[in-house]
Parts: sequence; structure tokens; C-alpha cells
Amino acid sequence: MMQIIESPNEYDVVIVGSGAGGGMATKILSEAGLKIAVVEAGPYFDPADPEQMTQLKWPWESPRRGANTNRAFGDFDAAYGGWEIEGEPYTHTPGTKFEWFRSHMLGGRTNHWGRISLRFGPNDFKRKDIDGLGDNWPIGYEDVKPYYDKVDKLVGIFGTKEGIYNEPDGFFLPPPKPRLHELYYKKGADKLGIPTIPARKSMVTKRINDDRGVCFYCGQCGRACSVYADFSAGTCLIFPALKSGGQVDLYVNSVVREVVTDDQGKAKGVVYISKEDRKEHQINGKVVVLAASACSSARILLNSKSSNHPNGLGNNSGIVGKYLHDSTGAARQAFIPDLMNRKTYNEDGVSGMHVYTPWWLDNSKLDFARGYHIELGGGLGMPAYGFGFGVTELNKYVGGVVGGYGNKLREDVKKFYGSIVGLYGRGECIAVESNYCEIDPNVVDEYGIPVLRFNYRWSDHERNQAKHMHNTFEGIFDAMGGVVLGDKPGRDEDYGLHTPGNIIHEVGTTRMGNDPRTSVVNQYEQLHDAKNVFVVDGGPFVSQADKNPTWTIMALAWRTSDYIIDELKKQNI
Amino acid sequence: MDRRESLKSMLITTIVGGVGFQACTPEEAEKVQQLTTKVGTYGRTEAEKIYDQKLMAIDFFNEHELNTIAVLCDIILPDFDGKGAASDAAVADFIEFIVKDMPRYQTPIRGGIMWLDSASNKAYGKVFVKCSQDQQISIVDRIAYPGKTAAADRQGEMFFSLMRNLTLTGYYTTQIGIQDLGYKGNTPNIWDGVPDDVLKDHGMEYPKEWMPKFVDQSKRDVKAEWDEDGNLIT
Repeated sequence: MMQIIESPNEYDVVIVGSGAGGGMATKILSEAGLKIAVVEAGPYFDPADPEQMTQLKWPWESPRRGANTNRAFGDFDAAYGGWEIEGEPYTHTPGTKFEWFRSHMLGGRTNHWGRISLRFGPNDFKRKDIDGLGDNWPIGYEDVKPYYDKVDKLVGIFGTKEGIYNEPDGFFLPPPKPRLHELYYKKGADKLGIPTIPARKSMVTKRINDDRGVCFYCGQCGRACSVYADFSAGTCLIFPALKSGGQVDLYVNSVVREVVTDDQGKAKGVVYISKEDRKEHQINGKVVVLAASACSSARILLNSKSSNHPNGLGNNSGIVGKYLHDSTGAARQAFIPDLMNRKTYNEDGVSGMHVYTPWWLDNSKLDFARGYHIELGGGLGMPAYGFGFGVTELNKYVGGVVGGYGNKLREDVKKFYGSIVGLYGRGECIAVESNYCEIDPNVVDEYGIPVLRFNYRWSDHERNQAKHMHNTFEGIFDAMGGVVLGDKPGRDEDYGLHTPGNIIHEVGTTRMGNDPRTSVVNQYEQLHDAKNVFVVDGGPFVSQADKNPTWTIMALAWRTSDYIIDELKKQNI
Repeated sequence: MDRRESLKSMLITTIVGGVGFQACTPEEAEKVQQLTTKVGTYGRTEAEKIYDQKLMAIDFFNEHELNTIAVLCDIILPDFDGKGAASDAAVADFIEFIVKDMPRYQTPIRGGIMWLDSASNKAYGKVFVKCSQDQQISIVDRIAYPGKTAAADRQGEMFFSLMRNLTLTGYYTTQIGIQDLGYKGNTPNIWDGVPDDVLKDHGMEYPKEWMPKFVDQSKRDVKAEWDEDGNLIT
């Protein structure tokens, strides 16, 4: 006998996940008067709750001084979870690597991300037309632009109008002025003809509505903002939706295992395991929207097997889980002697960079296919675990004594404070069918849910791009008068290319297309195989550009939500 | 130094925590205050609180090891001009915690202390903490300068470098250390660019074509509105 506890409520829409995509769907669909269930695997989270808040804490409040023993980005980072979660393993095909970052909590990973919010440009939707690799999206920039515009105005993003074709401008709030090391960067990059422009990030530098505060420049967006001046899906989308009156029920600590379907193969609802009672529950709805993150949504679909969907829901094509791809990444640091012995002042600013370099070259003249942008870090930051490690070694570049102790050491610390600059390349890889996640036939997690097994290998396009990044970094550092730290990684280290998954931009597992044989969802993120199921996370991305995916996830989720409202009105789903 | 009663560390946690407690006895109140100011005041989940408490309930180092760590830390960062020594910032407490949190440090530090005592015994017939200050310094000088260390002392150099790293982190992540460093942030403020004198010192200026684009902080509270082309008009 089945012992699934069925919720008595019948919802219009059941949304799985409360991050960027799920948050946006919740807001738009609930405002249209639909009754919504949001099912979130993690706990409720509000960065203004003193019990959960980490913003403005001092390093000594953590006995490990903010080290990353428990949280991948340190004690003060807002994201629960990380690359490894106890009781929720994932596996790999031998010889392949993939790091899967999960954050189970209200708002998901939007609580801690860098808020770098870049629109895809016209080229980014049609890369196959340019280089013959991968596939085009079935939609173009003109389809998404109106939604990017709406996301800009709703969520808030600072930036500047630059008129760069493939870096479209939006409705920007004004950006903060650059910090000192960022001026050094610009000066160095200028010498090489590499562009530097103000960053584009979703922090509210100027009031956008009465529900959210204005940035007070603590530089801690990664800790999630207690006045909601940065974008998190919880604070900016879910909370307003909850406030708007009785339309949204939030189910937290509820781990969705599968979408259940009826005799016709249409979705009926979802089954989840409650972390509180460790029992199976079912929530029914007319429409199911998956927004659990690209890999989690693919996992749910693959685990939703029925007589109508023997390969898993939406997987008649066998494409679910395929075309998994993450941004490329490579990083390098340099010591800038001109930034020694600094006067100190508060330059926390907004979290991370105030300026960046968008992709500026023509790939037809390069030995890799796609571009990257450059992010930078540095400055007079707040000390945390790791502060001072190896600091005396910098003396070897300025004729000082390496090592030592006492007052000499105290002086070294101040001499070198704020003199290190880091550059981080974030690029586009080629999405290929042979990089994928699938269900591991042998392993379940602590909720009895079959887990994902990853198969991912970089190609020379990505390796050569990483090599190019390092050459560029060295050139810029040189032009800044800096001393590049560490050796340039060689071929044996993939030229310093980070492990796939490491950049946490994984997308592509339920890709979009017009042909049901080669794609999972249509241009409205609707499953080809089940009309009342949608995927609004990074899964539908055909290719991911060298842009951080969140803004596009939200724009597409809004577009999809409008489509759902329309289709429900027309009684098509 | 008794780590459990360290007045200085209590002072630090009290300043930070500032939580008033209505408990039964003064001793109990103090215990609760120590616990809650050290644990759970920085946004911990339940599992994280339990983990921190578990670590704090364990003693890893023995008294002799802790004494040695305290002496070494104060050699690495002695007081200067009233700014406070490593012991004023309770650095030994931090190291005691961090080896439990990061067990990879346990053997290098425990073994390193033993190495130091062996080296002191060979040189002066006493363990390190029993040596005179001059004797301690003469041993430290053998291992404090990477690249100049005798081959036979190389393991000692590794140990000392690790202790230097942990002492620096332990010190500069306290209020005392942050004051010495001059870090001015972690407080609400209005960022309006690099101070003029700093720009001048570095021969820098903001590019003129950029200036009109930056946030006008006098209008930060005026609600943003745009024209149809995305030009901000407020």
C-alpha cells in the first residue's frame, strides 16, 4: 500500500526550488493570481534574521576566523551547502571531473553569488552561426531583451551604457567609483588596448523601491544583505510574493524526488521527502515548474520514470543531462610594488570588483573558439583566516629579508597590505553531448533518491583559452608594474583551467530547441514530452556565453511565466 | 597561560557578544555567556553550532605544548608601542581551536614543538620554554629565515613558518590586530571614491569621461527612473 502523504491543497503551479528561476516564477505567477506551492530542499533564510545574519560580523566572532571548514566560501558566506554535502553524494565516471556546488536554502545560491549580472548579447544566442560549433538557441537577443529590461528595473543593477554590440546596455543604476587598485588595472590595461568598463552588478546603489534598502558599502554581498540592497531571490522575489497575500505556500526542508504523472503522461504534482519527518509527501498542481538548478532538475526528471516516460520525464530524446557545461576559469595574482605602504581608508565598496574587462578580441584569429571576461580583486580588505600567510616572501621582490619575526614582521604586514591584485578569467566553453550527468545505477542519497554521476572533460578550446587568459594576465600585470606570482601553469595542468563545475555556472542539462529529438524543452522552457512541465533554471541554456547566467535565467523565467499564464488562460495546459 | 580563563579572550568575546543573560548563578551565567559569545553569534545553523561546541569541548594540546605555543607567538609578535602582543590577542587560543578544526595542523605543530625542545636540549640542555630569552632567540634565529636555514634545521624552519602564519592570522583577525593594521571598514558608509590625497600620492585621477557616470551619492535615496532608452533621469 502506498503511504505518501498527499497535501489537501490543489495548486495552480508547483515550483521546485527558490533560487533565481524559481523566485522569478513565484513572483510573476503569484501576481497573476495563481495559487503557488514553492518546494525548497533547504531551510527558510532571511539575511535580516539575527540568528542567520553574518553581515557586519567581525572575524574574531568566528573561532576559525572565517575559514572554510564548514562553508565552502568561509564561515561568513551566506550559502549553506557547498561542493560536498553530507548525506547527499554524487559520483563520477572514472577519469572525469566535475565539482557540483549546491546550496539548499531559501534563495539558493543567489544568497552568496558575486552579483555580476551580464546580459547575453546577440552573438551569444547564435554562436554556431559564427564558429560552426555547438548549436544556436531557438531564440535571439530580441526575444529576451524586453525581459532583461524588466529584470533590470525590478531587481536593480548598476552599470554604464557603453554601446558595445555584444554587451548590451540596460536600465542601469549608477556604478560606484573604482578603488585604487582598479585604477592601476585600468591604466595597465589601457596600455595594451584592453578595455576596462564599470562593472555590472545587481546591488542597489540608488533606491529602486520602498521594500529594499540602498547599498551601504560594506563589501559583503556574499554574506547576503540585511537591508536587501543586493539581489537574492529570497529577499527580492519570494518575500514580496509571500507578502502579496495568500497566494504562495512555502514548503521548506522538502527534497523533491520526482514529478508524478497521470495516465496521459501529464504531470500531476511532485513527491518530496520531508527532512522534518523523513516521510514521502505529494503536492499536486496543474503545472510543475522545475527550478532546482540545472543538475538537480535533470536529476528529478531522470528519476521521474513511468510507463509513459520510461526513460524519465522529458527524456524521450535521451538528451536530459547531456550538454552539461560550466564557465571556464583561470586565476593569477601579482604583487604591485606601487601599492606598498598604503594609507588606509575604508574601501570596502560593493562586494568584489567595481570595474571589469568584457571580451574584446576576435576569435577567428585565435586558437580557441569563444571569449572570456576578466574580473579583478584586491584592496584593503578585512582580514580573515589566511591573512598574513607567506607575507614576508614578498620581500624577495623588493630586496627585503624573507622570514623573520617581531617588529620587522609587524612592519612587513603593513608594508604589503593591499598590494596584491588578483585577476580571474571567466569564459565560455563549447557545450557538447559527451559532457553529461546521469543517474548512478548503484547509489542513493540519504533520502533514498538515486544520485547523479558526472562525466565531464574539457577540450582544447577551453585549455587554449585558459592559456590565453594567463598570457593576458601576465601582460596586464606587467603593464601595471607588478610582479606576477607563481609559475604559468603548463599543458600538464590544463594551463591552469579550473575543474569543471568550479565556477558554479553549470547549465545546459535540459537544453532548449525546436526539435524534440535533440532538445528537452521548447523556446518557452516547456518540456516537449509533457506540456505542463517547465524548467526555469540554467538547464535550458543551449550555450552560456562568457556571461554569468543569473540575469538570463531570470529573464527567461519571466518570459516562461508569461507564457504559462497565457497558456492557462487559453486552457492549453 | 590558562586558555580557559584567559581574561583577554573573554574581554574580546564580551565586547563582541554583548548579550545579557538571566541565568541562575553567576558561574552559570558566565558559562552561558562564554558559550554564546563564542558560539552561535555569527549566523550558525544548528549543525554548525553543534560542530563548534564539539570542538571546544576537546583539549588537544597539553599544558606544556600550550605554554610553548604562547612563548613562540609572543616572540613572533611581541608588544610594540602598546599595540599589544600575540598573547594580548589570545593567539594561542586561536591556534588551539584551529588544530581541532583543521586536523592537518596537529602533527606538524605537535611534532614541531618536540623538534624545538630537542633542538633546545641539544644546544642548552633545557626544553625551549625553560631557556633564557637570549637562548630562545638564538634557536628561533636558526629557523626564522627561509633560504638561510642549515640543512639540519630545515624541519624547524617549516614549523616556524607555520607558526608565523597562524600567529599573523590569529593576531590580525582580532580587534587589537585590526587596529594595528588600520583596516577601517566593516561599517555602514558611503563610498565616494579614493580619497584625493591618496589619488595624488599615486599620481592617479578618475578618467574625466567616467566621472558623470558614477553614482551621485547625494541622490542615492531618490528613486531611480529612466527614459525609454535607459537613461537615468532622477
